[in-house]
Amino acid sequence: MKIVTAVIKPHKWEDVRAALEAAGITGMTVSEVSGYGRQKGHTEVYRGAEYDVALVPKVRLEIVLDDAEVESVTEAIVAAAATGRIGDGKVWVAPIESVVRVRTGDRDESAV
Amino acid sequence: MDTGDTAWVLASAALVLLMTPGLALFYGGMVRAKTVLNMMMMSFGALALISVLWVLYGYSMAFGNDVGGGLLGSPTEFFGLKGLMGTEGIDKGFAASSLVFTIPSMAFVAFQAVFAIITVALISGAIADRARFGPWMLFSGIWATIVYFPVAHWVFAFDGAESAKGGWVANKLLAIDFAGGTAVHINAGAAGLALAIVLGRRVGWQKDPMRPHNLPLVMLGAGLLWFGWFGFNAGSALSANGQASEVWVTTMVATGAAALGWLVVERFRDGHATSLGAASGVVAGLVAITPSCSSVTPLGAIAVGALAGVLCALAVGLKYKMNVDDSLDVVGVHLVGGIWGTIAVGFFASSSATAGVDGLFYGGGVDQLWRQAVGAGAVLVYSFVLTLIIGYAISKTIGFRIEEEDEIEGIDFTEHSETAYDFVSRTGGSSLLSGSTPSATIQADAEARGVNA
Repeated sequence: MKIVTAVIKPHKWEDVRAALEAAGITGMTVSEVSGYGRQKGHTEVYRGAEYDVALVPKVRLEIVLDDAEVESVTEAIVAAAATGRIGDGKVWVAPIESVVRVRTGDRDESAV
Repeated sequence: MDTGDTAWVLASAALVLLMTPGLALFYGGMVRAKTVLNMMMMSFGALALISVLWVLYGYSMAFGNDVGGGLLGSPTEFFGLKGLMGTEGIDKGFAASSLVFTIPSMAFVAFQAVFAIITVALISGAIADRARFGPWMLFSGIWATIVYFPVAHWVFAFDGAESAKGGWVANKLLAIDFAGGTAVHINAGAAGLALAIVLGRRVGWQKDPMRPHNLPLVMLGAGLLWFGWFGFNAGSALSANGQASEVWVTTMVATGAAALGWLVVERFRDGHATSLGAASGVVAGLVAITPSCSSVTPLGAIAVGALAGVLCALAVGLKYKMNVDDSLDVVGVHLVGGIWGTIAVGFFASSSATAGVDGLFYGGGVDQLWRQAVGAGAVLVYSFVLTLIIGYAISKTIGFRIEEEDEIEGIDFTEHSETAYDFVSRTGGSSLLSGSTPSATIQADAEARGVNA
């Protein structure tokens, strides 16, 4: 089992969700987060005073998967989230030791 | 008594009252999310306290018969507004003593009360995020008593209107301040500068980002100020007449021109026209046209307003050079805009307007100009010096400023035990981290106070 975590631009979230639905993914956890990468935030001006705003809003989604699905799901996210401009985000994959479904107590593969 | 005039002045008083909640929104949106309630409470505190002081002795100090030199009205003459009721009964007509021009004295009391309130509230923008609430209320009461009420007497009390003898600016100096460029804006601006110096800079000023937390609130507040300001200026005619109409128009057009002036400066200096700039330009224009609205033509008003927008947009950066944390630019907008508007009468006044005076640009020479400068300077110096004294006196005795850790935590919570926004609403409004449900908290609280919940 693996967890796929993607940090993407907020306005690409609907495209990514549609692509994941097309790829057969039925559930995920989504959170609104902020951070920065190589684009280093931006500058805002209030009454002539400049403020460096380091943090840029992003959407983070987390999906727990069987190993076999990881490659196609990762590709679907990358294809849907890309704009070609700086700040498109990242997708990473990490191993999962065990999973329990709270309602039934199912474990591991049957709980994914 | 004229019923039309009375209706207009009463409506104007309500319009001006709305300006203070409008100011609370204007200021509240400009501070951070952790301090917005305190910012708004300083305005609401002024609303509550000054209403009471005005009725007790404020009106009397401002509009009672002069006690000497045009400096102060008699504090006892109208104490508790005694003698101002319709002594012959409303149906039988008012006694002479209960009229101001064509309106009942009580309508004039109401109209001038809301001026006193907003002047005190304006000062609070200079000391955002760091003043203890109790000392602020104490300051408000003392400042209104020894600064605002006397200055209102100087500027607004005309001989023979409310009492036989009025104030020196209005009757001896003959400076024109139609609706309060000196008494309200220079007065509050100079006090704001003094109080910002007394309280010192906020923790992290010029280092931590302190950008406005809610610009739509700022825009809404500026809109309410603009709306209420028609009562402020056109209501100051104290009559539903041609002067009120002319003043209404000069107030509108100067404000539009000022917003344009501010935005043009921003566009060329910073690259973008901003919403905060538009809101600020509106207020700068309203401030500048306040003293001059009865003495300039509509074209003159455009010039006064546009220059106010440009001047104030340039002035708000000065606090960084002076290293004074005038948090919300009370100096840059109200002091600078008030001085400009008051002095502008000396340049742009036209005898075709109802004040009937020509300024320098209309062939009137420098006669009106020096009168305006003396009036502006006198109020500035008086307010600045007295505010420094009051501010330091409170600082050295009961203390004015909150503790540093409270300031970092956020003054809303530490001074008022509230926070403006529920950032954890999905958990029902209680913090998961506190480990207590809302009902358990209420229960514990009730037990601690010895009541049955």
